[in-house]
Formats: sequence, C-alpha cells, structure tokens
Amino acid sequence: MIKLVTAIIKPHMLESVKDGLKSTGVQGLTVTEVKGFGRQGGHTETYRGAEYTVDLIPKLKVEVVCSIDDAERVMDVIRKTAHTGKIGDGKVWIVDVERLMRVRTGEMGEEAI
Amino acid sequence: MKRTRRWALGGALTTGLLLLSSEAAWAQEATISAEDVQTNLDNVFVLVAAVLVILMQAGFALVEAGLTRAKSVANIMMKNLMDFSAGAVAFFAVGYAIAFGADGNDFFGAGGWFLGDGAFQYGTLTVPVTFLFQVAFAATAATIVSGAMAERTRFKSYFIYSIVLSALIYPVVVHWNWGGGWLAQLSTPFHDFAGSTMVHQTGGVAALMGAIFLGPRIGKYGPDGKPRAIPGHSIPFAVLGTFVLLVGWYGFNPGSELAADGAIGGIAVTTTLAAVSGAIMAMLTIWAKTGKPDVAMTANGMLAGLVGVTAGCAAVSNVGAIVIGAVAGVLVVAAVFFFDRVRVDDPVGAISVHGVCGAFGTIAVGLFATEDSDFWKQGLLYGGGTDQLVSQVIGVVAVGAFVAVTAGILFAVIKATVGLRVSEEEELAGLDVPEHGVPGYGPDITPVLRPTPLVGDRAAASVPTAGATP
Repeated sequence: MIKLVTAIIKPHMLESVKDGLKSTGVQGLTVTEVKGFGRQGGHTETYRGAEYTVDLIPKLKVEVVCSIDDAERVMDVIRKTAHTGKIGDGKVWIVDVERLMRVRTGEMGEEAI
Repeated sequence: MKRTRRWALGGALTTGLLLLSSEAAWAQEATISAEDVQTNLDNVFVLVAAVLVILMQAGFALVEAGLTRAKSVANIMMKNLMDFSAGAVAFFAVGYAIAFGADGNDFFGAGGWFLGDGAFQYGTLTVPVTFLFQVAFAATAATIVSGAMAERTRFKSYFIYSIVLSALIYPVVVHWNWGGGWLAQLSTPFHDFAGSTMVHQTGGVAALMGAIFLGPRIGKYGPDGKPRAIPGHSIPFAVLGTFVLLVGWYGFNPGSELAADGAIGGIAVTTTLAAVSGAIMAMLTIWAKTGKPDVAMTANGMLAGLVGVTAGCAAVSNVGAIVIGAVAGVLVVAAVFFFDRVRVDDPVGAISVHGVCGAFGTIAVGLFATEDSDFWKQGLLYGGGTDQLVSQVIGVVAVGAFVAVTAGILFAVIKATVGLRVSEEEELAGLDVPEHGVPGYGPDITPVLRPTPLVGDRAAASVPTAGATP
C-alpha cells in the first residue's frame, strides 16, 4: 500500500521539516506555496495606523509519497519539526494512493517510491 | 550665449590659477570682473538646483508607487511622466508668462509667452536658468496630486487636470507673490521663501478637491463605515522615494535664494533639521497611537517636515526649524487620521503632507522668523508682533480658497464631460492593463499566483531547529 502524507506548515518551518524528513530517509517531497485559514481565521496587521485583516495566510504544503510502513513515522517527524506551539502550526493528513508510477522507467507501486 | 560661456571658462581658470599662484595673473584677467564671476556662479548654482528639483519627480514617482497597489503601478508612473511633460510644455507656453509677465495686473501676469520677448529673468540669472528653475517648481505642484487620486482616476481626465494646473491655476498663485502681485504688495508682504503655500499647499488643495470629487477607492471603507488600510506594494520604493525627495529639496530650498551667496548653507541646514525632526515626531506619534512605528507614516513625516520649513527656511533659526519640523510631523499623522475619518481617500497622504503642512509652514514664518529683514518681519514668538503672522494667514486663506474653487470647477467640469473615474471593473482589476495596455510588472515577474518568499529571506531568517520540540 502507498500513502500520501500532506502537511500544511508555516513557511519559515520548511527548513526544519525538510531536514527532519531527509534524516529519516524520505527520498523526495514536493512543496507548494498555498494560502488559507484555519480556526484562527487570519490575523490583523497595521498600515499607516489603520488595521487590516489578512484572511488568507501564506502557508506551505508539503507532500510526501511513501509506503504504509513509513507513513506514520513521516507524520510524526512533521509534527515534531513543524511544531512551534503557537497558533497556525498547520495540519498533517494521510490518504491512500491508488496507483503510483515512476515516469522515467514505468515502475509501479512501491518500486516507484 | 557664446560670450557667457567663454567668461564662465575664463572665470573658472582664473579662480583656479589664483589659488595656485597670485603671480600667475593672465592678461585675460583684466576682462573678467568679480561681478562676472558672481553672475556665472549664480547661474551655475541655480541651474544645478533646478536639476535637483527635477529629480524630485523621481522621488514623487517612487513614493506614490510604493504606497499604492502593484495592479495600478504603471498608471501612477504614467501620471508622473505626464505631470512633468505636459506640465513643462504648458508652463513654457503660457504658465511662465502668467506667473511672471510684467504686463499684467496684481492678479494675473502677462508677457513673455512661449519664453519670447519680455520673458522674465531674475537678478543675475539668465532667462533660461530662471525658467528652468520655475518650471521644475510648477511640475512639483502638479505631481503632488497624482498620489491622492491614485488607483481610480481615468488617465485622460488626469491628463487634462495636469495641463490646466500647470498652465493656469499654479501660475496665477505664483503671480500673486513671486510674480509681484497683490500678496507681495501687502503692507507687510506675504513671505513664502521656497513655496510651502505657493507650491505645496496649492498641490495639496488641488489633491483634496480631486479626492473629494472622485470618492474613496472600492474597499477603503468597510460595511461599518470604518476606514480600512489598503497597504501599498513596496515600502522600499516609498522610503527610497522619500530620500530622493530629501536630496531634491536641497535644490528646492537653497536654490530659492536664486543666487550663490552666503545664505544657502544655512538654508540647507534648516531644511535638514526640519526633515529629520518631522520623521522622528511622526514616528513617535504613530507609535504612541497604534503601538507600531509605522514606516510609511514616518516617511510622510520627513516630507511633512520638509514642506513645513520650505516657507521659512531662510527666516528661522536652526531650533525654529526643528520645532517647525516636529509640529509638522505630529500634524501630518493627525491629518491622515482626520481625512480617513471624513471619507477623503488619499492613498499616499499628499493632502496631509503638502496641503496641511504647507499651510502650517507658511503661517509658522509669522511665528518663528528671528528678526526683521528686507523680505519678512520678526515673528510673534520673537517679539515681532503679529504683522507678519496676519499677512501669512491672509496668503494661506487666499491661496487655499482660490485653488479650492478653481480646482473644484475643473474637476466638476471633467467629471461632467469626459468622466473622472474608471469603471468598477477596471478599478478592481487595476488600471494598468485597461488604461495603458500593459501590467506594471510583466508576467515573468508576476505569475497568476504571486509567490511569497519560499526558502529565501523568511526561511533563511528562521532557525531550522526551532520546531524540533519533542
């Protein structure tokens, strides 16, 4: 079974997450810049004395494809390395991957990880 | 012309050689008098000052671009381009004659149209040098308005405004004072050394009328009616532009001495002191009010100090300049909040900086002038009574009323004919493509989803192990 671990993290935690995942043997990951809000619903900043609300806060989405055996560990590493304890640390979730292929060789399944 | 040039060269050579050896007196020396050298020095100095004032156009462009959104940045650049271009040609054709022509009356000058026969020249300055310095000032008055009307004005309409201000409104104001008109003939003449009122208040009041006739930008006021911040797209642009304006002001104020004499250094110092105290006081004011030392407001404060001291830079002491700059720094913050509250949307604070602090600075001459001179009387705070103060207030009120009425009529006519404001759709999309056909930042710089720094500045600044809590 192949799993996709997806995490939404604070942009400045990327180095920490990336290093943590690499040191646990993760072979590849994909990072996307995203914007969104969670329970805190954005935050306010001030400009020329007037407040304004930033509804959609910049975040990074980190995606790792791995075997079912590694998925929990990847999730745990992300939890540890993306954690600041302050609001807005993000989410991690795991979903099933139906089929996986390496484009260069055509290998399928676990071979393609 | 050739004659003048040869003298200039000869004068420079002679001066240099005299420094090396007084015995190396040339036969040529006999043909060059001390007055000739002084005349050439005056012309060189004022020409350089004029170029510095023209550099202020770059400062205005940067400040206005920085404090508005990226989607209309090409539009604001275009307005700045045309404020200078259309303004210069209009001032050349008719503005200069209306401002300084000797054939007019106390309210309206005439003579020397298109810089032809009878064109004005001041003191030892040639006609071209006098004109270039004055045209730089006219363009400054015009370009103050573009920021206040940013992000929602039709370009065509703005173009019309810009020509009329430089051709008619500004020259009439200048004629009243610098052109020898009625303000210069009061029993105690009105004194505005470099244009706190003539240039800045004129631009500021025109900006106020423009912003009123336009109405606020979409999204500036929430459903509850409260003003909302619409952050500009580049604080570095805004601050760099402020520094460029500061440098330009060393042409604006010392250059207004219109001669290379002993006064210019002192004027440069009062100018500097007012600029820095304006920045410091604006920072402290906004800091006390909101808890943050706001960058854009502090930049406004430096400009407020400069505008404030422009009228009195030759008449006040160094300490007086610091006080004027400090008051302007507080005043500009209060004015920005005031105009926000009364629903006058001025994205860059031009009305507060130039209109409010221009009026204040002019009145301040009547308070802070240290002693009597040929051009002003001692101010109230130095025991000189209220004569100068009264004249200053008359000038500020008269110019304010004249510009408010004429600019108001101008914008009303434009609104009723060609229209003043772009469509709602254009405003939301940004003016760059609908008005000018090109985005301010091309597609290779601005992808559809604008990237925020990835592993660049923000990530690099963080400590990678910070999140490694067990």
